[in-house]
Amino acid sequence: MKPAAFEYHRARSVAGAVGLLTELGDDAKVVAGGQSLVAMMNFRLARPEHLVDITHIDGLSGIRREGDTLRIGALTTHRAVEKAELGDFGVLSRAMRWVGHLPIRTRGTVGGSIAHADATAEWCLLAVLLEARIVAEGPAGRREIPAGEFFLGPFTTALEPDELIVELVFPRPAPRAALTEYADRKGDFALVAAAVDLDADRVVLGGVGPTPVSADCPSSGTSHSRPPVSWADAVAGSLELRDEPGISAHYRRGLVRTLVERACEEASCGC
Amino acid sequence: MIQLMELTVNGERHDLAIEPRRTLVDVLRHDLGLTGTHVGCEHGICGACTVLVDGAPARACLIFAAQVEGAEIRTVESLSPEGELNDLQQCFSEHHGLQCGFCTPGMLMLAEGYLAEEPEPTTEEIREVVASNLCRCTGYQTIVEAIDDCASRRRAAFQEQLAGSRV
Ligand SMILES: Cc1cc2nc3c(=O)[nH]c(=O)nc-3n(C[C@H](O)[C@H](O)[C@H](O)COP(=O)(O)OP(=O)(O)OC[C@H]3O[C@@H](n4cnc5c(N)ncnc54)[C@H](O)[C@@H]3O)c2cc1C
Ligand code: FES
Ligand code: FES
Repeated sequence: MKPAAFEYHRARSVAGAVGLLTELGDDAKVVAGGQSLVAMMNFRLARPEHLVDITHIDGLSGIRREGDTLRIGALTTHRAVEKAELGDFGVLSRAMRWVGHLPIRTRGTVGGSIAHADATAEWCLLAVLLEARIVAEGPAGRREIPAGEFFLGPFTTALEPDELIVELVFPRPAPRAALTEYADRKGDFALVAAAVDLDADRVVLGGVGPTPVSADCPSSGTSHSRPPVSWADAVAGSLELRDEPGISAHYRRGLVRTLVERACEEASCGC
Repeated sequence: MIQLMELTVNGERHDLAIEPRRTLVDVLRHDLGLTGTHVGCEHGICGACTVLVDGAPARACLIFAAQVEGAEIRTVESLSPEGELNDLQQCFSEHHGLQCGFCTPGMLMLAEGYLAEEPEPTTEEIREVVASNLCRCTGYQTIVEAIDDCASRRRAAFQEQLAGSRV
């Protein structure tokens, strides 16, 4: 289908975009890569009267390392992260191969994924796993929102309608982390996704609740210890799952167990 | 509401007066008459609408034309400006990489963009990239073979050129 008519606004700066959002109110929506929003508009699941295009704002894309911190601009594409050499943040690059397909990754952005807040989206899982901070700018200035407090429900976040995500800040390297997932067809959103960080003793799951679900795990000890296979059973056993059309709780639990185990193995070998 | 914009497609500049809700694929087909780019699903799944935006393969149904003002757009028409098949198209033909041809423009631009960035892909990598687009006819194997063959021919031609320039 074709999208409903709207008025197009091109922002040239973050302040300009925030100004437009404040002025236009609830009828306005930000468009970045468009890989979620334009599809929804073509289906007329979304029909904003005003579209604020942020893709022409300079300085919102790029990856910067500052000591132990990694800062990723909101307009950075999935593909740019996939191709970047990120060293002990390499889990971010490796996880990108799970995001849709190449032509989606060349346009889709980090900020757009976080704002869209699909509960199985790789960026949402990674942000929660690595305790990222989401930097948002609104009429009152900038604030940082911890990823753990950002995702409130399916497609619902702590972002105000007149705020723009400008950056994601990852506070510490994760040399022993991995993300893996399962979907019936490669490139689809995952049925279940599992991300683990062995150094933080944390597992984050997608596809088992309305937002990414965190589970703390018994300490895995030093970096020389074997991957904690026991996590898989503990995490899978602790979830409350219900049968849903097309996928039983039993099957989903099995997926969780397998994927957590697989992610632990990948995390321990950094592959 | 009508908006003025300027688009660069296949190296040519076009002045347009169009509604902002026009997606890139609609502008290409309806306003510029470049019907080589196809439309299947209009929600990013099929890849029939794949074109190059600043060299990178992208879904033209998921981009508003207004967003790519200033970018270089390339469509399947750019592969054979003189009407002769280019090497990639020739490989598709030789390997039977098409049957009905509906997916072909998208597959060609996907491969063109990918090979420019990655001239030495493994077969497994080509398979992964081809999975971006849907083909209901071929079973994909012949498409993978066509792209693989084109990549090796381009590498051979490049080696020859290098050898030639050393003499
Ligand atoms: C076929 C297909 C398969 C896909 N598979 C996956 C997948 O497996 N995993 C996955 O994670 N994603 C997948 N996607 C979605 C893709 O990753 C999108 O890039 C992402 O969801 C949104 O990013 P975007 O830049 O395209 O945002 P847009 O579509 O432009 O916007 C999405 C939402 O975010 C808001 N927004 C965008 N940027 C900002 C910002 N800076 N500040 C505030 N709000 C903002 C918009 O207003 C809108 O509500 C897929 C998409 C398609 C079409
Ligand atoms: S028409 Fe664009 S992906 Fe199907
Ligand atoms: S050749 Fe018919 S869809 Fe691919």
